[in-house]
Formats: sequence, C-alpha cells, structure tokens
Amino acid sequence: MPMDKDAVGRTGSPVEMRVELGKVREFARAIKDDNSVYFDEERAKREQGGVMPPLTFTMTQAFWGEGGPKLDLDFRRLLHGGQEFEYRKPVYAGDRLTATGRVADVYKKPGKRGGEMTFAVLETEYKNQNGEVVLVARSTLIETAKAVEKKD
Amino acid sequence: MARWNDVKEGDEIPKFVVDKLTRTDIVKYAGASGDFNPIHHDQTFAETAGYPTVFAHGMLSAGFVSKCLTDFVGRANVRKFGVSFRSQVWPGDTITCTGKVTRKVEADGEKRIEGELVATNQKGEAVITGTFVATVPG
Repeated sequence: MPMDKDAVGRTGSPVEMRVELGKVREFARAIKDDNSVYFDEERAKREQGGVMPPLTFTMTQAFWGEGGPKLDLDFRRLLHGGQEFEYRKPVYAGDRLTATGRVADVYKKPGKRGGEMTFAVLETEYKNQNGEVVLVARSTLIETAKAVEKKD
Repeated sequence: MARWNDVKEGDEIPKFVVDKLTRTDIVKYAGASGDFNPIHHDQTFAETAGYPTVFAHGMLSAGFVSKCLTDFVGRANVRKFGVSFRSQVWPGDTITCTGKVTRKVEADGEKRIEGELVATNQKGEAVITGTFVATVPG
C-alpha cells in the first residue's frame, strides 16, 4: 500500500529520551564542535543555565527508531530531504524528554525520470519532565520514484 | 557573539571549515547518533547499492552547519534551525560552512535575527542549505 494523505495524523507511541551529559559531549565531538560550552559545566551554567545539547542532538532519537508512527515507505528508495527544529524552551543535560512522532503531511510530486515521488513530513514533539513542549522537529522523507526499468 | 546593536542585515557568519572528512569521522557520527545505516560505513554495501564509496550522513554536515551558527549566536539563543540536503558528502571532501544575516526583527518580545546558512564542498557545490532564527542580546 503506497503512503497517501490518509496517513496524516497517524501517531507513534511516546518514547523516553534521557539527555545524558556523556552522550551530549560524544555528539559535540562527532560534529567537531569544540566549543567549551559543552565541556565546561561552570561556564555553561553561568551563561545559559547548564550544558545544552547541540542543535541536532535529538536525531539520536530519530524517526527510524522505535516508537515512530507507521510509515508505508520503501526504505531502499528513501532519502532524508530536510530537517527543521523549533526550540521552544531550553533543554539541559539531565533532562528526561518524551518524544511523540506523528505524520504531519504527505504529498506527491512527479519524479525527474518518470514515476512519482512521495514526500512525508514527520513531526516529533519533545516534552520535558515538567510536561513542557521544549522542541518540535520536522523531518521530510522522500521516497524516490521507482528506478526506470532497464531495456534489453 | 552577535549583538543587536552591532549586527546588520547582510552580515556574513564566520566560516567553519572541516578539512578532508575521513571515514573515521563518519563512523564517529554513526556511533554518536545511533544511525547505523550501512550506506555510511560499509563499503561493500555502498558499492552494491551503486555508490562509488560510503558517504556521510546528511545530519553530520548539518551538525557542522549548526556549529557555525551556534558559535555566531550562542547555543541558547537559537529559536529555529532548518536544513535541506542538496548533495552527498564523500570521504576526502572539505566542507566550508557559512551564512548571512538576512533580517533583523522584533517578535515575541525578543530582538531576533533571521538568516541563511550554506555548506559547500571543495568544488563550491552546495551540499546543505539552511535557515535560522535566533534571538540576540541588546
């Protein structure tokens, strides 16, 4: 069954995500971010209330992981087209977040080499341990058109 | 760090350069992010899928772009950050991240700047384009 508009609103189950300091630093190193705001807790506390994870850190709990809404997409033809984040409240190392994903949009466009591409926008809302929405992430997934069949 | 009284529309964001990305860099990101799609670390798998070599996670380059942004505005000041993936990043590529301020605006009781971001490879091709909104201190 190809994915279409009917899937919009489909929701996954909530997944807990702990923002661990060691993981935050491992992530900062992996993106080559040596800013001491991730490594010097005193400075981080003074300037921003604590160590905050890098902007893209929540990708560690991504849509292809557990708990996401059911996606009728062929993962062999799937591209990550884009990613957006809205930072509503600060997140700090030590926070316990709960992520819930839902299908926000599905639309189709003709492919460059025939066939049809399917775009699915997956929105994940993160609440902290106080029930506040701290972050909203939107991933655009693109299922490319089927490869043009090889002619003999 | 950017300040309201100093920052101007059109200001360039200082560059962040990653010189010759290695396969080890890619594997480190796989471990840190938990994204173990074999297309990013398994040469045999990548070749079977029709690619000349493994290539970096789009979100790794997005991470480099995010570092460029947070050094400019401060991590806690970012309100929105978005990226589109334009082209693959291969081992050996040198990635240069930069951007510019496009608008100064007051919204939700904050002084904010909006802008564009871009990461290019050594051939000058855009691998990522992006946008941001950040608050800036007065």
